[in-house]
Amino acid sequence: MSRSCDLAVVGAGPAGIAAACEAREHGLAVLVIDEQHAPGGQIYRDIEKNVRSGDRIGGILGPDYLRGHELVEEFRRSGADYLPGAAVWRADADGALWISREGRTEQIRFRRLILATGAMERPVPMPGWTLPGVMGAGGAQVLLKSSGLVPEGRVVLAGAGPLLLLVAQQLVGAGCTVAAVLETTRIADYLAAAPTLPRALAAPMYLRKGLAMRRRIAAAGVPILGAVEGLRIEGDGRAERVRFRRRGKEADLAADTVLLHQGVVPNVQITRQLDCEHVWDGRQRYWKPVRDEWGNTSIDNIAVAGDGGGIGGAEAAAVSGRLAALEAAHRAGSLSRDERDARAASLRRGLARHLAIRPLLDTLYRPASEVLTPPDDTTIVCRCEEVTAGMLREGVALGATGPNQLKAYLRCGMGPCQGRLCGLVVSEVIAATRGVPVPEIGYYRIRPPIKPITLGELTALEQ
Amino acid sequence: MFKRLPDGDEPPISFEFEGQRIAARPGDSVAAAVLAANPGYTRTTPVTGAPRQPYCLMGICFDCLMEIDGVPNRQACLIEAREGMKVRRQEGAVGLFSE
Repeated sequence: MSRSCDLAVVGAGPAGIAAACEAREHGLAVLVIDEQHAPGGQIYRDIEKNVRSGDRIGGILGPDYLRGHELVEEFRRSGADYLPGAAVWRADADGALWISREGRTEQIRFRRLILATGAMERPVPMPGWTLPGVMGAGGAQVLLKSSGLVPEGRVVLAGAGPLLLLVAQQLVGAGCTVAAVLETTRIADYLAAAPTLPRALAAPMYLRKGLAMRRRIAAAGVPILGAVEGLRIEGDGRAERVRFRRRGKEADLAADTVLLHQGVVPNVQITRQLDCEHVWDGRQRYWKPVRDEWGNTSIDNIAVAGDGGGIGGAEAAAVSGRLAALEAAHRAGSLSRDERDARAASLRRGLARHLAIRPLLDTLYRPASEVLTPPDDTTIVCRCEEVTAGMLREGVALGATGPNQLKAYLRCGMGPCQGRLCGLVVSEVIAATRGVPVPEIGYYRIRPPIKPITLGELTALEQ
Repeated sequence: MFKRLPDGDEPPISFEFEGQRIAARPGDSVAAAVLAANPGYTRTTPVTGAPRQPYCLMGICFDCLMEIDGVPNRQACLIEAREGMKVRRQEGAVGLFSE
């Protein structure tokens, strides 16, 4: 089975659907492919359902979430073709996507591709993080958005970043017992972030929102404890308590659910599989595809829009999607260079405003060094194959110079997640152990299939 | 351990987890519906047999692998719960040949 399109978009989050809307305005035939069953990505997940069903869950999630409904409605009206529930398991630079949908594989030929795969939560390795009862704060938010589920019992949130506070606020609003928010952010991080404040004032709505979240959490009687380190989770077969150090003193909290978060990072699995050029962002500690100002990657006719190219948030992602679509329209001959640039000018001004908050967020909420290079050797780094930080360090001592070699020694990165969760940490640990910068170490080589498929799907393919 | 916020009036979906009937809300992923039923764990790891539950809920971590309608290695967080589904925990590694 195969079909073709002028413009394929992978991802139905804000970047992908904004790209589709913009491309449709300029007359392109667009096909949007997404793994989830409804548009919105993660940030606006299940928004159509939550807007329909009345106030309760929407009210808990808040107005920024609900505002995403406008963009989703625009997408539904746009006339773009849409394939939900479709996982891309292979992408070819010469113009093909291979998708798996309802147990069948299909090939999609494209003239141009916009990848809008968004972000994922940075892995937060610590002793005990693989226990049942521990999940990403974003994961808990998905359960709230998609299923109206909230954790029962005592909840502890730990880590850093705006999403940590947002989820804490939402759970408090949903009536959960939030025992504490443990922030790894230190005084030194506030001091380092102070010079970024003037620029951040260009986007005051983000600052106001951050302060309001803290106020609401504190008003509910939930302690927000900063400068937390030495986090670890303990329990018999499931999470039962969180231990940590603060101001030189050991402490622990009973917990039934522990939600971890240390920011989000670009989901680069498809760009890696395509062998796009990537660059290491040393400040934000992640890899991102090399792009120009239109999102073009190092591969002709393939662009990246949104958080998949570097974290900027939902509003910036939508603008980024539109810019990539303008470029697509120009390349397809629907827009002259001048028309493209004129339309882009006002979009870029909006983008600059939304990105003004990033230096402050990136400096204040820089990932704690303990989650980049876990100090405790017993910490599982590769969750799939249960490879610990100590095993990684031993492998480097035995002569492994990079992640692909270490993979051959230890199987880290060989499990089903294909390095999505361990890749960043493995690169950092090797770099730190060898005393060289991360870019010299590199990353896993990613090969298709990047999502599970059955042999039956392959044998059913017509040649 | 999760509880449901009251919402909508849609009739629940019923499916089986480990042979027990459990209720799901329309639109639930299998992972969400199983978590709501307090399963303790949803898979054990191939290497050490350690208990796991879904972690990221968005298709990245693969800790939500379960056997759904006889097919193992399925990312339960990406599959919508359907009436009459039969879901089991994934215990250890999946064998190539069934008994």
